[in-house]
Amino acid sequence: MADIRPDNHGIRLAVRYLVLVLIALIFILPLVIMVMSSFKPTLQLLQDTSSLRAFLPVGDLSLDNYEGAFRRAPVLTFVFNSVLVTGLTVLLSLVICSLAAFSFVYLNWRGRDVVLSIILATLIIPFETIAIPLLMIVSKLPWIGLEGLKWSWLNTYHVQIVPWVADGLTIFLFVQYFKGLPGELVEASRVEGASWFQIYRRVIMPLSGPVLATAAILKFLVMYNQYLWPLIVVQQESYRPVMVGLQYFFQLDVLWGEVMAYLTLITVPVLAFYLVLQRAFIASIASTGVKG
Amino acid sequence: MKQTKIYTGALLASVLMTGTALAQTELSMWYHGAGSDVEIALVTQVIDDFNASQDDWEVVLESFPQESYNDSISAAALSGDLPDIVDVDGPIMPNWAWAGYLQPLPIDESEFDDFLPGTKGIWDGKLYSIGLWDAALALYTRQSTLDDLGLRTPTLDDPWDKDEFMAALDAAKASGDYEYAVDMGLAWTGEWYPYAIGPFLQSFGGDIVDRSTYLTAEGVLNGDEAIAFGEWWQSLFTEGYAPGTSQDPADRDSGFISGKYAFSWNGNWAAVAAIEGGVDDIVFLPAPDFGNGPTIGAASWQFGVSASSEHPEGAAEFIKFAAQDKYLAAFSDGIGLIPATPTAAAMTERYQEGGALNVFFGLSEAQALVRPVTPGYVVAAKVFEKALADISNGADVADTLDAAVDEIDADIERNNGYGF
Amino acid sequence: MASKLTTSNRSGWGFALPGFSLIVLFIVLPFFFAFGFSLTNQRLISPNPTEYVGFENYRNLLGFGLVTLEPERSDDGAVVRDDDGEIAYPRLRTITRSDEYPQYRGMREWFRWQDGENAKVVIASDVVFLRALTNTFLFVIIVAPVQGGLALGLALLINQRLKGINVFRAIYFMPVVVSIVVVSLLWRFLYDVSDGMFNSMLGFFSFGLIGPIDWLGNPDTALPAIMVMSIWQAVGFHMVIWLAGLQTISPTLYEAAAIEGASKWQTFRYVTWPGLRHTAVLILIVITMQAFALFSQVDVMTSGGPLDSTQTLVFQAVERGYGKQDISGGSTISVILFLIVLTISLIQRFLTRER
Repeated sequence: MADIRPDNHGIRLAVRYLVLVLIALIFILPLVIMVMSSFKPTLQLLQDTSSLRAFLPVGDLSLDNYEGAFRRAPVLTFVFNSVLVTGLTVLLSLVICSLAAFSFVYLNWRGRDVVLSIILATLIIPFETIAIPLLMIVSKLPWIGLEGLKWSWLNTYHVQIVPWVADGLTIFLFVQYFKGLPGELVEASRVEGASWFQIYRRVIMPLSGPVLATAAILKFLVMYNQYLWPLIVVQQESYRPVMVGLQYFFQLDVLWGEVMAYLTLITVPVLAFYLVLQRAFIASIASTGVKG
Repeated sequence: MKQTKIYTGALLASVLMTGTALAQTELSMWYHGAGSDVEIALVTQVIDDFNASQDDWEVVLESFPQESYNDSISAAALSGDLPDIVDVDGPIMPNWAWAGYLQPLPIDESEFDDFLPGTKGIWDGKLYSIGLWDAALALYTRQSTLDDLGLRTPTLDDPWDKDEFMAALDAAKASGDYEYAVDMGLAWTGEWYPYAIGPFLQSFGGDIVDRSTYLTAEGVLNGDEAIAFGEWWQSLFTEGYAPGTSQDPADRDSGFISGKYAFSWNGNWAAVAAIEGGVDDIVFLPAPDFGNGPTIGAASWQFGVSASSEHPEGAAEFIKFAAQDKYLAAFSDGIGLIPATPTAAAMTERYQEGGALNVFFGLSEAQALVRPVTPGYVVAAKVFEKALADISNGADVADTLDAAVDEIDADIERNNGYGF
Repeated sequence: MASKLTTSNRSGWGFALPGFSLIVLFIVLPFFFAFGFSLTNQRLISPNPTEYVGFENYRNLLGFGLVTLEPERSDDGAVVRDDDGEIAYPRLRTITRSDEYPQYRGMREWFRWQDGENAKVVIASDVVFLRALTNTFLFVIIVAPVQGGLALGLALLINQRLKGINVFRAIYFMPVVVSIVVVSLLWRFLYDVSDGMFNSMLGFFSFGLIGPIDWLGNPDTALPAIMVMSIWQAVGFHMVIWLAGLQTISPTLYEAAAIEGASKWQTFRYVTWPGLRHTAVLILIVITMQAFALFSQVDVMTSGGPLDSTQTLVFQAVERGYGKQDISGGSTISVILFLIVLTISLIQRFLTRER
């Protein structure tokens, strides 16, 4: 910890808290405005923003904006899509990336170092660099689904999921973590004749709680908040995720009340999730930094 | 094992479904109106009536928000997945026809003889799309405003010229009663700029692209007339006559109604809202004549058939069905746009003789000029929009127009002249 | 870590193949395609076949020239000045659009400076791209140290043994989990000229002296406005990383410093900062990479305007590739972006390597 001398003298303590609170206000007030405004009629909320009333639940409060938001856009569809895409991507990612990391750390095979280097090299490639060529590629890929063979991935769930399952950062996190595990466990299991997959499943995975949480949380944040990719590959309403659904609120007439309601609807679940698990969230982000 | 069962089940189900569907062939249709309840209700009504009126075809609708509708079509075209019936914005139609998204309508052009010219999408001599309505522009104001400021009421035969128009704005500004003299709607980014502001450029004598060859914009977008237009346009903002690019969209919708703006340059689709918003003495003035004749935009959304459709006859049936006068009138009553035929206009409450918006019909006939009919319009429109925005924000007029010309010319060249 | 005695090619490849093939297909392949497309005139969709054009796209993006303008002179040779006393120069378009200088055709002014009586003008064939380039660099250069520094400050603040400190930590981190798109919309609302909170507060605290500022509509304030918002959203993330770094510094070092009577500043400089070096490197690299990817905020709030003051590389790449259907142009910008990020990462690694 920074300072081991206890510093509980009254005024200095109060000052410290004051500073902390003022800064906290900066971080929390815009979100408060968003939530408060979602309950106010548009005309009123536009006037309120010029005063302290913006933060206060005053005036004509109602759920009208929420009703309007649900009428204007298929909010539930969007939320469902986001949750589905995010959930599947996270799950698949945890499995596939940990498998790959396992093979880099515990197995010896020809080409291992080259493959790992290639994967790590992709860390510098910003997604935006490959967004457009990737668009061209996925528009020509085949997929076998319920309707048979289709030659494009646009406007589907898999186009939002599959390209994101494997990525260099997640693999890197697993590799770093596995390197830190004691090797005797693996040796012992090999001696007992366990197959590599059994070792993966029964020895390494159970010990991987922290890294699984870290990878899951980072992936979740990336996937749920995605904007650019779904914007260019998914336009059909039934497949759109929440962020892109925002466009519905900026058609001919903009009702800021409904916009705020929609923003609150899509943010509150994440915030709630975060607040409940914030210790884990923060601990996991921190661990990526320390291992560096 | 379980998987085989599932697949067999799915296979059987799909066979069964195709079996029943043989009776009615499904036609997919995409429409740009998601988020706009009234439009969707009207389109759904037409579709339901059509489906009920015959046994061969069943139209199924999918709605998209207008902003990303064109992107959806591009994405679908990329993957070979276009619906049978598409709805296309008039000026974009040549681009889609050139790119191979659309096939010419398998309908005889004579069926649409009495349709307003702006509703017919003709490219390369063939009819590709037909619209159920047209949109027109007018200068909104109140009779009381004209009286208070002591202004002459312009008519179709005798519109204001540039000096009279500016004098009107000066009077409005001097009176101090309004936040801004005129609202040009810069909050509506996108197609509004070329649609609504382009006519001013054309009235000055310039144009977005040279319509005699469609191979360049040099001389028309950066010639003397265009520069004169640019400088006039810029003066609207530097002298405080109009709100600029940072206008709040909410103000665009309600500013004229609430009295913030004396005049508003707007399309007839906003007329209904204005009248219902309480503007009792609203008048729709014709566009001013800046020297080359007063001009307003034309051509709105139209229906067409995609090139990959396997049932163009069915699509054509639907389009002919939808083009009946009663539906033209219904759309007009619902969304306030100009019905495509005079007979339909007589059936509507607003466009019949003596109706509140009847004047728009005349405006459309007299002053409408379609946007440049070229596949290059897609890029040209974006370039023009940016140039206008930059000029409104104070950029050098001649340089900005030169840059726009260069970009449009480069695009035309890169696409081998777009077939011209 | 791997057992040196066992080489299990099958298992090795089996485990790695799913992940590796996905990465090759969805990251490596499009990456090479981007290079490929940038050398052609690929469109999003077009009836014309794609042709190879070599480096023409690069020349169009990066081409520039230097032109010297001599002042206009009246008949007797005196320099003509306009109403403000500024020297009058011939319009650039007389040069760029004349037939004498075909190599300047299509170019525009980027910026100019005075050289005695002459004006030296740098003209470029794609000024919007160059503005995007400079804006992106500007964004990175300002945001990286400011965000990193603020995050460090917050981390030091949070790193106190006070009751309830974790509540504050949770609050400071909160904006990080909110989508940047949501944040952009919210702040667009706050930045509004007439109804925005910032202008109201400005008017209130200055007693009406400072009028409303058009934050997003003024070319001088638009990019800074976006910077402030981006920092607000992301600083919590880096605060947490600094915090973790701080907590690895051994308390005995602090004890030693206290015993020696070191001041707060000295403690920071000699105990805290050296311990944070490793963390600092990581933070710098991450912020830099994130900053180069500036897109969503611009797309939602300003669309690159006003007057190109918020153009960024990624925004231009997407606008051209997707909006204007010019895949080759978009890819060219992407390749340039990649080369820049690569160079900077290499430089950063070099400068911060362990000696």
